[in-house]
Formats: sequence, structure tokens, C-alpha cells
Amino acid sequence: MDFKILTGLDKEKEAIDRQLVFTTQDLNLWYGETHALKNINLPIYEREVTAIIGPSGCGKSTFLKTLNRMVELVQGVHTSGRIEYRNRNIFDKNFRVEELRTKVGMVFQKPNPFPKSIYDNIAYGPRIHGIKNKEILDQIVEKSLRGAAIWDEVKDRLKESAYGLSGGQQQRLCIARALAIEPDVILMDEPTSALDPKSTLKVEQLIQELKADYSIVIVTHNMQQAARISDRTAFMLNGELIEYSDTDSLFSTPADQRTEDYITGRFG
Amino acid sequence: MSIRKQFDLELQALKNELVKMAESSRSQLEHAVKSLYERDVELAEQVMKEDEKIDELDLAINEAAILLIAKQQPVATDLRKLIVAIRISTDIERMADNAKNIARSTIHLGEDHQLEIDSSLKDMCDVAYEMVDLAIKSYRDEDYKLAKKLSELDDSIDRIFGQVLARQLTMSATNPQKIQLIMQVAYVARYIERFGDHLTNIAESILYLVKGENRDLNE
Repeated sequence: MDFKILTGLDKEKEAIDRQLVFTTQDLNLWYGETHALKNINLPIYEREVTAIIGPSGCGKSTFLKTLNRMVELVQGVHTSGRIEYRNRNIFDKNFRVEELRTKVGMVFQKPNPFPKSIYDNIAYGPRIHGIKNKEILDQIVEKSLRGAAIWDEVKDRLKESAYGLSGGQQQRLCIARALAIEPDVILMDEPTSALDPKSTLKVEQLIQELKADYSIVIVTHNMQQAARISDRTAFMLNGELIEYSDTDSLFSTPADQRTEDYITGRFG
Repeated sequence: MSIRKQFDLELQALKNELVKMAESSRSQLEHAVKSLYERDVELAEQVMKEDEKIDELDLAINEAAILLIAKQQPVATDLRKLIVAIRISTDIERMADNAKNIARSTIHLGEDHQLEIDSSLKDMCDVAYEMVDLAIKSYRDEDYKLAKKLSELDDSIDRIFGQVLARQLTMSATNPQKIQLIMQVAYVARYIERFGDHLTNIAESILYLVKGENRDLNE
């Protein structure tokens, strides 16, 4: 299998001054009384895969959902601090949440295709954004499915229900759906935890390919996955960011004992 | 209790095997040098035979470490422990090979030779024994400060080696008929010097284990 293992930031890449897509400054978040994120300062770099790891309940998914303000759908949430997406404050009144979510797409743990055809799943977003032209929609569907490395598997059954696809295919369809609205960033919340090993590898390979064009932030329980596919890794614990560094360093010589204990399986 | 108890136990078992292997290589050197001074060909042959066991142990340690890497997918310190086990095992195996080479020289010289063997070889060995003991302690306690001391001790082996070599050179000039025998002594000095170099490599491995840094202490 042609699976490329990229182990992190090589020298050449480090030489490039990477643009930041997100900066967070002293981000705090509470679910009611529960302090779920504590003073998080975590920059996300352009065209890289940033992995967030940590035990259940550490705040990693909450952080991810804060980046596209999805977390606001939960009742009783309030935040303090600042998140900037390409130098714009995402909490600013002039920054429409729909615009943010167009730029910052999301893929969830369980594949969640719409109960529609494969074609309509992809065309749904562009249609909402006002694209009616069949030819343009056809192009978007093909490009997105190709981008998610699933085109060859579905091109002859675009009109069939997305529910007929395997779990791994459904997840890649969801990634294709995220690509269809041409996002800048893709957030992935444990995108392979419901997939078998082979489908997992396919999605991982896809993530590697996607980072040429997109910035990816992935929350994963699978530490080996973070080590395999990410450029930078953040380790969170009890709502705090304990360590954030290039993946090579974090998995070979972590600076914090708590990181070491977690990645070597001594707790968590 | 650690949730990786089984893995920790297996790592500890590997560590114990390595310590045993290092102790064996130490006694191999002792016996080889004893056989040299006492012209004891039989003892030398025993050393040769014993070396096979150390070779087997090296293979077993390598296999165990590779298996643990494959099954446990260790990272950070855990991974370094296994990589270092493989590296140290190789060095100990080579140390034992040098002891074996000394035994071979004993056999080569035979029981009837009239050569007086340079007593400084024993001095070199005394430092080497001290180094083995220190290496074992340093590895057991993961104490890289002790490991650094190993390279200092190795310097003193190198110094005596230079002196022994110079004396053998002089002897060979004045006793050209014995040159074959004198050469053997020079070889033995070289084997002990190499034995020390491997211990310095082990010091480097311990430094890597503890600090995650690769550094050349042989320079």
C-alpha cells in the first residue's frame, strides 16, 4: 500500500515562515460552572496537520468546536479571551458565523451523510450558497470527490443513496462534502474512530494529501495516528494546554512529564 | 499501579538480561587475560566456547526488543529504552568478541613460548573492569553523570595502550626473532582498547536514554 509516513516538520519546512490561520489568546470556556478550557494559547499554522491529543474530558473537542463557534450551540456556554481567524476576531459582531463556518469546515467522529444521493450530499452546500448551474455543480461534485479520494469508487453510482456506502467511504464522502464549499481549514473530530484499520489508513493518507491545500486540525484518541500524520501536536489535560510542539519532538522527547506519562500510556 | 504493568515488567526483564550479559563479558575478559598470562590454552578454549552463549543472548535480546516495539508501539522514553537495549547489546557482544580474540591469541602463542608479557595489559584490564561496573550501575540507575565518567576512564586505557604499543615496538626491534609473538601482545592491547571503546559507546547510549541526545563521547 502506498502509504506515506510523514513524521513531522523537516528542516526545509521549518525554514518557511508559515502563516497562522488561527491564534488563540488566553481562551477560557465554561459550560455553566465547569471551567472546560483554561487560558489556551494555541496557534494553528497554515497547510499543516495539527493534532490535539489528551484523555477524555480534557477539552480537546471543546477547543476544536470553539474554532468554528460550533460550541455555542451548547446551552450555558460562555467564553473569554480571543480567537483570531486570519487576523479577524471570530467573536466580532461583524464576522457572521455562517461565513466562519464556510471557511472552517468540520468532519465528525461518526460519518453523517445526509439521507440523500451521493451527488446531492456534495451539491448540498454549494446549492445553499446559491449555485444552481448544473454544469458547475457537476464540476464541484467531481472535484470534491476526487479531492477526498473517493471518486473512482462512486463515480458510477452518484445517484444512489449515500447510506449504501461503507463506513470508510461515508467518512470520505463527508470530507468531500466539507471540501465542496472550498474551506480554508478543516476541523476533524476523531474522524477515524468509527472506522476499520484499512479505512483509517485511507483517511489518514487523504489527510496527508489534503494538507497541500488546506489547514487541518484533528482531535484524535489514537496517539499513533497523531504521530503518523501530524506536523504539530498539542497535549491537553484538564482543560489546560500542557505542551505544544512539533510532533517529532513531542513523541520522542516530550518536555513535560505529564506528556511523557500520557503518551507512554502511564495514565489516561 | 501503572496500567502498562506487563510492558514495564518486560522492559525490566530485558534490562536484567543486558546486565547479565555485561557481567559475562567482564568475566570473559578476565578469563581471557588470565589464560594469556598463565599460558592456559584450555581456559582460552573455554572462553571461545562461552562466547557463543553471549552471541545467542545478543540475538535473543534483539528479538525481544523488536517484538516489544512491534507489539507495544512505544514512544518517548519507552522507545529509547528499547533502542538503547539493542544498541548496548551489540556493544556488549563486541566486547565479548574482543575477549574471544584475546583467548585466540593465547592459543596462538601456545603453552611453551618464552615471551614475557607486558604487565600493563593487566592495568588496562583493571580500568576496563571498573568501566564495566560503572556502566552497569549507570545503566541500572539511568545515571548519565556516571556515564560521562566512562569516557574519562577510556582515556586512561588509551594512554596505557599507547605505552604498551611503544614498548612492543622497541622489543620487536631488539628481538626480531620474536616478532610474531610480540605482535600478539600488541594485538591483545588493541583488543582491550577496543573493549573500552565499546563501553564508551554504552555511555553514549545511556546519555541518549536519559537525555534523548546523541553525542559522541569517543572523541
